[in-house]
Amino acid sequence: MKMFNPENVHLPVSGSKKNDGSPWSFQDKVLLGLTPRQYLSQLCRNRVNWLLVLIFGVGIPLIVQRYFYGLAAVTHGSNDYPWGLFLGFGLFGMVPLSASGFLLGTTVTLFGRKDFHPIERLALLNGLLGYFFAVVYLLVDLGMPWRLAYPMFVSLGPAAVLFLVAWHVATYLSVQIAELLPALFEWLNRPAWKHYIAKISLGLTIAGIILSTLHQGALGALFTYAPTKIHPLWLSTDFQWIHFLCSAVFGGLSMVIISSFLISRYASWRCGKEFSSTLHDITLGLGKGASYAVFTYLVIKIVAIAHDNEWEYLLTAWGGYFLLEIAIGVVIPLILFARGVRRGSVTTVRWAAAIAVIGIIWNRLNVAIYCFNYQLYQEVPHWKEVWLTVTLYALYFIVYRFIVYRLPIVFTWNKQSRKP
Amino acid sequence: MKTQTSRRTLLKKGLGSAAAAIFLRAKTARSHNIKRYPNSCGVLVDMTRCIGCRSCEAACNAEQKLPSPALPFDDRSLFAQGRHGSKRRTDENHFTVINRYDPPEIDHPLFRKIQCNHCQEPACLSSCFVNAYTKTPEGAVIYNPDVCVGCRTCMIACPFYIPAFRYSSALHPQIVKCQFCYETRLKNNLLPACVEACPQEALLFGKREKLIKIARHRIRNDRDRYVDHIYGEYEAGGTSWLYLSSVEFDQVGFDTTIPHEPILNSVKNFLAMVPMVLTIWPPLFAGFHLLAARRARAEKTRQENNREKADEDV
Ligand code: SF4
Ligand code: SF4
Repeated sequence: MKMFNPENVHLPVSGSKKNDGSPWSFQDKVLLGLTPRQYLSQLCRNRVNWLLVLIFGVGIPLIVQRYFYGLAAVTHGSNDYPWGLFLGFGLFGMVPLSASGFLLGTTVTLFGRKDFHPIERLALLNGLLGYFFAVVYLLVDLGMPWRLAYPMFVSLGPAAVLFLVAWHVATYLSVQIAELLPALFEWLNRPAWKHYIAKISLGLTIAGIILSTLHQGALGALFTYAPTKIHPLWLSTDFQWIHFLCSAVFGGLSMVIISSFLISRYASWRCGKEFSSTLHDITLGLGKGASYAVFTYLVIKIVAIAHDNEWEYLLTAWGGYFLLEIAIGVVIPLILFARGVRRGSVTTVRWAAAIAVIGIIWNRLNVAIYCFNYQLYQEVPHWKEVWLTVTLYALYFIVYRFIVYRLPIVFTWNKQSRKP
Repeated sequence: MKTQTSRRTLLKKGLGSAAAAIFLRAKTARSHNIKRYPNSCGVLVDMTRCIGCRSCEAACNAEQKLPSPALPFDDRSLFAQGRHGSKRRTDENHFTVINRYDPPEIDHPLFRKIQCNHCQEPACLSSCFVNAYTKTPEGAVIYNPDVCVGCRTCMIACPFYIPAFRYSSALHPQIVKCQFCYETRLKNNLLPACVEACPQEALLFGKREKLIKIARHRIRNDRDRYVDHIYGEYEAGGTSWLYLSSVEFDQVGFDTTIPHEPILNSVKNFLAMVPMVLTIWPPLFAGFHLLAARRARAEKTRQENNREKADEDV
C-alpha cells in the first residue's frame, strides 16, 4: 500500500470524496482506492500474506475435516480434558484481551477523558473482534455448533455460569457493534444515521461495563465448578472471578497498546494526524492505567493464597511454576510499565504490554489445560488442534487488518474533499 | 433418554422467558435449588464382595446396545490396560467400568466399579446452561441429548470424571453416561441391568436412606472387613451410589479430596455477586459520568471567565 501513496495524490481513501471533489465509488473504498490489478499486486507482494496462505493451506482442510469427521479427527478428543486450545486460548484467552472496548468506552464517554478519544475506536474494534472470534472458536469447539442459540431460546439453564457468559457475550457483541456503527456509517457515507447511536451511547457504555464485569468474572467462575481438578494455586473459589476481571483490565489495555503500535508502525499511511500525534501520550496513559491494574492483580493473587492458606504449595514444583508465571506474566510487566511511564518511554511500555499479553494467555492456558487435572497425566494438544487455533487467529488478523485499512478507526473521516 | 417435555413446549417456554431472563437472571441464579428426593433410590456397592467378573459391564453393554468390545468380557488382561498411566474410565462405549487394584495391606485384589454416581446435587446438572440434565424422583440423573449444545462444561464439573463425549461423531455427538437404566428399567420398577447381572450380590439396589442403614450395619457387624466410611454418603453433597471398601478409599482409586458440600457451593460466591453488579453498577457509573460532566462544565466556565478577565485587563 505504502508504495502507491506517492503515485496517486488521492490516496489513501480517508473521506467520501477525492481531493478533486469527485466521490469515491464503493468498489474504490473496498479496494483502498486502487485498481483491482494494483490491489492484487500489493497483496501478492506482502510477505505476511505468504505466511497467511501457508497457514490457510493446511488450516482450511483441517476445518473441513473437523466438520465432516467430528472433533476427534482434529483433537485428541479427551474425556479427561474436555476443554482444549479452542476454548483455552480462543475463549479464555481472547476475551480478556478484548476488554479494551469497555475500558476505553468508560474512560472517554463516562469519565469524559477526551484525551483518549483518538484511540477509542481502535479499542472498540479490538474488543468487538476479540469477542467475535471467541465465538468463532466456540463454533469450532462446540459439539453441536448449530445449537449455539439454544441456551437463549430453546432450553434455558439460567442458574449456570455458562448461561451468563452466553447471554452476556451475545448482548455485549451487539452493544459493541452498535458502538462501532458510526464508523461504518461514515464509511458508507450515511452520517445522518450516526445520530441515533450517539443518543444512546451513554446507555451503551454503561451496559458495556455491567456486561463486561459480569462475563469476564463469569469466565473465571466457570472454573470454580472444578474445585478438585485445578491446582489450588490457580483456583481460588472466592477470588477467581476477581482475578479474571482484574487481569482482563490490563490485558485489554495491553492489547490496544500493541495493536496501536503495530498499526502506527506497519500501516502508518492509514493513521490520521490526530492518532499519530497523540499516540505517544496515549500509550503512556494506557500504560499507567495498566500498571495500576497489574499491581492490583498481583495483590489479590497474594491475598487469595493467604486466604486459602496455600503457602506451603509454593515450595512444591507446582509452586515454582506458579511463581514463574507470576514473575514473568505479572511482576516484569509491572516493573516495565511503571518504569516506562515514569521515564516517558513508550518502547518500555510497549514491551511491558507485549509481555503482559503473553502472561495473560499463559495464565488462561494454565488454568484451562496445564494445571487442570494436575493429579492426572498431562494432555498435549494434537498438532491439528494447534494448527486450527493458529488458522482461526490468522483469520482474526485478516479481518482486523481489513477493517482498520478501510473504516475510520485510526483516522477521522473527511466529509468534505481535502484541500490538496 | 427421551425428552421429558416436548420440544414445542420447551420452545414456547424458552421464548417466553428469554426476554425476561436477562433481567431476572439475578433472581433465578440465587434460587437455584436442586430438588432433594428423600425417596430416591441408589445402589450400595460392596467392594469386599466383588470378584471382578465384569458381568455388570457386559450387562450394561447389552442393555444400552453399545458396540461389542474388542476383547471379550471375561478377558482379564484388560485390567492392566488404561491410557496415560491411569486406569480405564467411562467413555462413549463404556457407561460402567471395572478396575482392579492391588492394595499392599491385603493379599487379594479389590475391584472398583465406576459409573455415574447419580449425585444428590449433581454438578453436571447445575453447570449445564441448557438444562440438559434432570434429577428424577427415583434418583437417576438423566441427560437429554436433544438440547445439549456440546460445550462439555458438565464434564468439567463432574468431580467423578463420569460424562464422556462422543467426539467421533460430526453430526450426532452427545454426552454419554450411565442413566441408571432410567427409561428402560427404573421407570418400570425393574432393577438396573448391572445390579441384576451381579452374581455376587455386590450391588444392592434400594432406597438410599435404607442403603445407608444397611451399610452402617455391615460395618458395625464386621469391623475387620470394612473401613468405617461409606463413600458417597456425603461426598459432593451425597451420591445415590454408595461404596463400602476393606481398605482406605484413596487406595482403590477414589478421590477422597472431594468436598462434602455440593460442587455448586464453590460457584455460589460468584452467583451471589451478580445481582449486586446489576443493581449497583448503573447508578454508580451514571453518577461518575455526571460528576465528570460537571467538572468539565466548571472547567469550561472557569476558562471563559479567565479569558474575559484577561480581555478586561487589556
Ligand atoms: S457422578 Fe458426575 S455425571 Fe453423575 S450425577 Fe454426579 S456429577 Fe453428574
Ligand atoms: S455438554 Fe451438553 S449437557 Fe454438558 S453442559 Fe454442555 S450443553 Fe449441558
